[in-house]
Amino acid sequence: MKQQIYLDNAATTQVLPEVVDEVVRCLNEDFGNPSSLHRLGLQSERKMKQARNMVAQLIQVPPEDIIFTSGGTESNNLAILGTARARKRYGNHCITTEIEHPSVLNTFQYLEQEGWNVTYLPVDSRGIVSIEDLKNAMRKDTVLVSIAHVNNEIGSVQPIKEIGLYLKGNYPDTIFHTDAVQSFGRLPIRPLEWGIDLLSISGHKIHAPKGVGALYIKKGTLITSLQWGGGQELGIRNGTENIPGIVGFGRAAQWIKEKISEDEKYISRMKVALANEIAREIPQVVFNGPKPSDGAPHILNLSIPGVRGETLLHVLESYGVYVSTGSACSSRSIRTSHVLKAIGASQQVAEGSIRISLSYLNNYDELSKVPQILKKSVDQIKRFTRR
Amino acid sequence: MERLILVRYGEIYLKGQNRPFFEKMLMNNIKKALEPFGKPKIYKAQGRIYIENLKVEGIVLDRLSKVFGAIGINPAWKTDKDLEAIQAMVKAVMEDALEKATKENLTFKVESRRADKTFPMNSMDLSRKMGGFILKNFPGLKVDVHNPDIKINLEIREHAYAYHENIPGAGGMPVGTNGKTALLLSGGIDSPVAGWMIAKRGVRLTAVHYHSFPYTSDKAKEKVIDLCRLLTEYCGPIRLHVVPFTEIQQELYEKCPDGLLTVLMRRFMMRIAERIAKKEGAQALVTGESIGQVASQTLEALASTDDVVSMPVFRPLVGLDKNEIVEISKKINTYETSILPYEDCCTVFVPRHPVTRPKLEKVRQAENMVDVEVLIERALEDVEVYDL
Repeated sequence: MKQQIYLDNAATTQVLPEVVDEVVRCLNEDFGNPSSLHRLGLQSERKMKQARNMVAQLIQVPPEDIIFTSGGTESNNLAILGTARARKRYGNHCITTEIEHPSVLNTFQYLEQEGWNVTYLPVDSRGIVSIEDLKNAMRKDTVLVSIAHVNNEIGSVQPIKEIGLYLKGNYPDTIFHTDAVQSFGRLPIRPLEWGIDLLSISGHKIHAPKGVGALYIKKGTLITSLQWGGGQELGIRNGTENIPGIVGFGRAAQWIKEKISEDEKYISRMKVALANEIAREIPQVVFNGPKPSDGAPHILNLSIPGVRGETLLHVLESYGVYVSTGSACSSRSIRTSHVLKAIGASQQVAEGSIRISLSYLNNYDELSKVPQILKKSVDQIKRFTRR
Repeated sequence: MERLILVRYGEIYLKGQNRPFFEKMLMNNIKKALEPFGKPKIYKAQGRIYIENLKVEGIVLDRLSKVFGAIGINPAWKTDKDLEAIQAMVKAVMEDALEKATKENLTFKVESRRADKTFPMNSMDLSRKMGGFILKNFPGLKVDVHNPDIKINLEIREHAYAYHENIPGAGGMPVGTNGKTALLLSGGIDSPVAGWMIAKRGVRLTAVHYHSFPYTSDKAKEKVIDLCRLLTEYCGPIRLHVVPFTEIQQELYEKCPDGLLTVLMRRFMMRIAERIAKKEGAQALVTGESIGQVASQTLEALASTDDVVSMPVFRPLVGLDKNEIVEISKKINTYETSILPYEDCCTVFVPRHPVTRPKLEKVRQAENMVDVEVLIERALEDVEVYDL
């Protein structure tokens, strides 16, 4: 088989064989509805409880505060809309950043149509918000602050702990939500110690199947359900639970926990080494967002001036290396990434951007081939540039 | 009482001694189109096609409305030529019509035709009798012989038939009655419409698409495959040829004047399409060009692309405006797929200032800089074929 180097782990990850086994076993055996009173129902409920424990352990929160959802997008929607609906009486203002995931930005845009005021905080060239900006944006009627822990495109890490503690100390009634889809299983997260009320996570970014995620809801935080039904998940997320997905999520969380305790810095070491090698091979490379030595352990966003990201992606693909682009382009229009725009990247840099993202399944051996492949691909493209 | 579907055809009527050939092709195409729904009995009589032993439902009628050659489709009922049976049938037809009605205070009319003159009642009497029967059984309905909301057609032939709906057919001629052409299919809005228009005249299609990986993504190829699938509902099976085009583009880019790149590229596309057409037994080429739409579609540019092929080149959209083309593409359901944004990602090979009135002599000269034959041969070696 042709070599395959999968470097698109911020988009999704390969499902682990042990997770597949667990999901298949669950589909075959634990088909009972956890709401059923008989043995089979109980069996499913137990499986779900185990999974809830494993997911909760990874962020050190009480398992009963974890609500399973269909994934990151639903968790973000539920957190934002659910808070806005529940706290309409207390205010009319929310704060977020310019570089959030579309599932956050578009939800806030929807709230704006409903008459809410939303402040979008800017970020610096590394993609980081300033606490001062946040302080200045805070109002008496600010009911919700939503800031992602790690940005999915450039891997910038926000000072979530600092923000959370500031809010708890000064605005104890303001709800603090963090989209931790990219950081879950990749960086330590401590909602209880960091003043986080709501936290979104997703299964398929940590080698579980797609279609399962969770929202951590700190005890006592009121949020309104967005769907009505039989009272599952404390009545906040009604609908029969996706048991196979949840079980797979739990198994993946357990695996990630083991990996972290074996070698917490494995991914970030690989990333830094890779960035250094690429810089040596292609000196004109530009790293977007945080310096490779900073930032999230798994994300590296880079541009090579004069090379279009999408073309580079396809050439890399022909060598079996899979990455993402920040901006999609077509001959008619270029949709520049809002994140790259926010960090002040030039049009040329934005058009050329690709994102490399790693996981525990990558190894030094395969990554050592990447810089040469990248160089070869760039040379190939550079022969033909628009006159 | 049984359900059946009547299919009426138009232009085929005008055919003389060849008529059975056209009818047979239409029946064949109907049979193929209905394959997913069962094994109906299909036969022709009195200049119409009868489809029996098939559940008459929306999805089947929708499928039939895409078969070229049919001008009208009637979901119908059939029963014995016996007054009581006919009354029961008329009742069922009226119940169906009322179920589908969208307004109140409806008017109706019964129109009878008596092909079987041994039937004891003439058509006027039969209509009157059935009208009275309806008035008695469906209180609230009124008769309007000039402009009725519901028109029940009653026909006395080898059996008694009735219907009230007339669904427009796709028109045109049965695909397969007028040979085969090769369609240059880009994935945009125009070329699928061009293919549809030619197929409407009974012509089978084979499609040719040029793929420039890594400058266009495999999603663009997938999109063209999807477009072909959508076209097959009208045009029958299509063989799609995906031709690797990157090397030709790169070669032209390195050796030829910038302003002529597009025209030169199109000449290669035409040549390759003609070779594939010959191999596939197609007798002409079809493109989605419309005069003046872009720089490569001026009269001079069109002439310079025709210069390299000997087959006729059909451009059914030549006189249409973009909005007219869009309208057709929406009607035939290719629009939504056509506007997916995966086409040529890179503008590398698009000249900034294309020559809008290329001189044929200059184009030919420019082309001498590359080895046309070798490039074509190499592209043809790696053609991917999809039978859709």
